Amino acid sequence: MVEDETLPELVRGPVTRGMLALFAGASHDHVLLHIDSDFARSAGMDDVFAHGMLSMAWLAQALRSWVPAERIRNWNVRFTAITPLHATVHCRGHVAELFEEDGERRARLKIGAWTGQDIQTLDGEAVVTIG
Amino acid sequence: MLDRDAHVGVVSEPRRVEVEKGFLKFFAKATGETDPVYFDEEAARAAGHPAIPMPETYLFSLAMSAPAKRGDIFDKANGLGVDMARVLHGEQRFAYHRRIYAGDTLTLTTTTSDIYSKKGGALQFVVQDTEARNGAGELCAEMRMVTVVRNG
Repeated sequence: MVEDETLPELVRGPVTRGMLALFAGASHDHVLLHIDSDFARSAGMDDVFAHGMLSMAWLAQALRSWVPAERIRNWNVRFTAITPLHATVHCRGHVAELFEEDGERRARLKIGAWTGQDIQTLDGEAVVTIG
Repeated sequence: MLDRDAHVGVVSEPRRVEVEKGFLKFFAKATGETDPVYFDEEAARAAGHPAIPMPETYLFSLAMSAPAKRGDIFDKANGLGVDMARVLHGEQRFAYHRRIYAGDTLTLTTTTSDIYSKKGGALQFVVQDTEARNGAGELCAEMRMVTVVRNG
């Protein structure tokens, strides 16, 4: 891992209603905005939309494709736009900085997710250790 | 509008939760996991793990599975009583200290750390921090959840 390196993209989706139903059950997130179209419309949305945490789970898979899981120290994202039904989710990362912290060589990664229409849905960074 | 003074600083009761193997497998299926370590115990052992490891974001799910009696975001009687139709997930952070595996029992404690407004109160941001400790009391993981409440 070197500074300014662009990491391999991981693409998931397209998001389906079935996927959201399964994710609601598996993740214990029963917020109805993601699984009940009538509820979502009554709340002023066009339709159900994906859990932010589904994209974050996919971004975790991307992180793990770049470094072994035990090297992830901390990471955070802001959810900057909703992920609509049928969107594909593109998880991307970029090495922003290499530094030393707590006696370890670490990298700060700029990470995020984008829909196929190039709308950024997650915006964050991760701190990982490097060998 | 949420009353900042009523909620900021409230600490939940400790909640004991088990990291259930069956749910980790279901989570792997629901997220299209391709690494068998996260859904196949034998693959996990072969890779040197004592059991199926808990994936990075699952602490959020554990916390959702065990809503606090005190300070829960949706609980009208003893929490913030936010309407589910008005929430958006604003931010999420995780930090890891010790790996967590299927079969582990954790104690979760959640603190409402801050509530702040934007757009003249049309949006309120609720910051809640959860820590997960193992049976020995060691800190295993921490997370911060920021929930956006649409008051408009």
